Amino acid sequence: MLIYTIRRLLISIPTLLFIAFVIFMLLELAPGDPMAQMPLTIPPEVKEKMRLALGLGEPWYVRFPLWLNQFFIVEPQYWIDSKFGTNFADGAQRIISFQSRSPVFDTIAQRMPQTLWVVGMSYVVGVLIALPIGIISAYRQYSVFDQAGTFVSMIGFSVPPFFSGVLLIVIFSVQLKWLPSIYDTTHVVTNWDSFVFQLRQMIMPVMVLALQTTAQVSRYMRASMLDNLTQDYVRTARAKGMSETTVVLKHVLRNSMIPVVTVIALGIPSIFGGAIITEQIFKVNGLGQLLIIALQGNDIPMVMTITFLLAVLIVMMNLIADVLYGILDPRIRYD
Amino acid sequence: MLDTEQKPLVSVRDLKMHFPIHAGLLRRRVGEVKAVDGISFDVIEGETLGLVGESGCGKSTCGRAVLRLYDITSGEIMIDGDEIGATSQAQLRTKRPTMQMVFQDPQASLNPRMTVEAIIKEPLDEHTKLSEAEKREKVGELMDAVGLNRQFAKRYPQAFSGGQRQRIGIARALALNPKFIVCDEPIAALDVSIQAQVVNLLEDLQEQFGLTYLFISHDLSMVRHIATRVAVMYLGKIVELAPREALYAEPLHPYTKALLSAVPEPDPSLAKTSERVVLQGDVPSPANPPKGCNFCTRCPSVMDICKTTEPTYFEVQPGRFTACHLYENNNDTAE
Repeated sequence: MLIYTIRRLLISIPTLLFIAFVIFMLLELAPGDPMAQMPLTIPPEVKEKMRLALGLGEPWYVRFPLWLNQFFIVEPQYWIDSKFGTNFADGAQRIISFQSRSPVFDTIAQRMPQTLWVVGMSYVVGVLIALPIGIISAYRQYSVFDQAGTFVSMIGFSVPPFFSGVLLIVIFSVQLKWLPSIYDTTHVVTNWDSFVFQLRQMIMPVMVLALQTTAQVSRYMRASMLDNLTQDYVRTARAKGMSETTVVLKHVLRNSMIPVVTVIALGIPSIFGGAIITEQIFKVNGLGQLLIIALQGNDIPMVMTITFLLAVLIVMMNLIADVLYGILDPRIRYD
Repeated sequence: MLDTEQKPLVSVRDLKMHFPIHAGLLRRRVGEVKAVDGISFDVIEGETLGLVGESGCGKSTCGRAVLRLYDITSGEIMIDGDEIGATSQAQLRTKRPTMQMVFQDPQASLNPRMTVEAIIKEPLDEHTKLSEAEKREKVGELMDAVGLNRQFAKRYPQAFSGGQRQRIGIARALALNPKFIVCDEPIAALDVSIQAQVVNLLEDLQEQFGLTYLFISHDLSMVRHIATRVAVMYLGKIVELAPREALYAEPLHPYTKALLSAVPEPDPSLAKTSERVVLQGDVPSPANPPKGCNFCTRCPSVMDICKTTEPTYFEVQPGRFTACHLYENNNDTAE
């Protein structure tokens, strides 16, 4: 298993380099100019100088290796320096955002907690709701509960967050005035009251996103449970005289979790990607919002770095899902 | 050999297992598959009752229904002095140790995520108060009894061959010292060289532990080898039940005759003289059995009465039961 993991890690290096190249070239070939937002009063020759100052004067085959160097060598050095007080980086050029003129990684580090809190929490809540729904729906197939679960999943799949989010705001913020419609990222939890406030401002974005997750995961859980409930070994367990709880939770559920865990693991990168639309609706200034602003401003280093970080997460989660599969299912051995 | 004074361990009376068919927009119940339709038989302590019949005649359903792995439609099942026909599944659990089952598919009937030891030990956890060390010792003894190396206890089922897996299934069934074991085509999934080993193992264990078997099979020569008495099923009903020798020497029911004539005769000179009864047509659907005798659509000696009246199942000679109009006229004990 260890050898397999190491081999997979090695294989992922060329994969990621290729992904980085594709993202870079897509941004390079796409129309758009970082100077487009600048006032028209700036003379063209000044604009040209600004462009050169941003490093855009060099051709792509110079800028791409430079970016790779910054991403893989300079930025980790800065990170180590900040952790251990060393001086590896020695003032080397960091990846700088075109818009804010501050290092891209600093901005990402600022935005990360908001996204992890809201989107990550919604993922956890979504999965926690989905698993019991899936289990009970399968165990009582075609019951009223199962039908209701199917209906909720259908809504989760078919109603996009830009509708459900706004709908919730209209109901709970505008009509009932129970919950704030804007997520205040500067809010700090210090006592019980501020904790309650934090809960209240989180409920709506979390539930909007959790609905999507629940819809997906509960379907997988149900299908996987149904698959296993009819297996012969379940009948064996019943014939052994095991209690129904043992049969369902030990025999059926453990076997059914294998594909579901994979689906859950593969969904994790999307947390870091943030929920672009939902973050916009509730004004959560997380990574999704950062990405969309960077896209609008043609902030190439920012877009490139966020997108590539997501690619790294996706590749890693794929690997983790595969390794989990091997751990959970004794029939699969990679060595 | 067959002492009718012996008390039956298992006594089944008019057992019916109907599966509902739902169809249409509102999933209304439109009919039922009469998989087992009113069968009665006794299994005497220490004997092996063979249950034969073609695919889809309800053999396996019968075996599972006798152990109440299904909720039966109606009928009485007496096992070891307890009536279990209407007992709830929860109460039935405490009686499971008396009655066990060896399943057909040795791969599917073992939980792939449990080691051999865990599979065999699980019923001990549930139904006994042995210490961990005693349980492990018991597992070792059982593995010895079925001819498996004790060192394999920590392996998973997929690491074993079909024959070995079936031995695990048998060891599992034996774990709680049952009196009655239903063997549901235990050899059907094994290749011929292994079949004999497993059947001989079952015979040895019967002698060793004083077991009583209901041996379900479509392999007539294997049943002839292991069974004391043989019951022949056709379309959810027992058409004939007789001691082994009598049945193979002189089958009474036309269906039994046809079935036995299909067994290949190894001696070529005898093979020429033996007459092969080839049945015409297909087995009728158990959802819509013919009026009168179930076999009247294919019977070579069909009479008018067969198409209108259902034959009764009665003792035509001492120890021999059949359900056929051919034998009803010269026997007044019918009804």
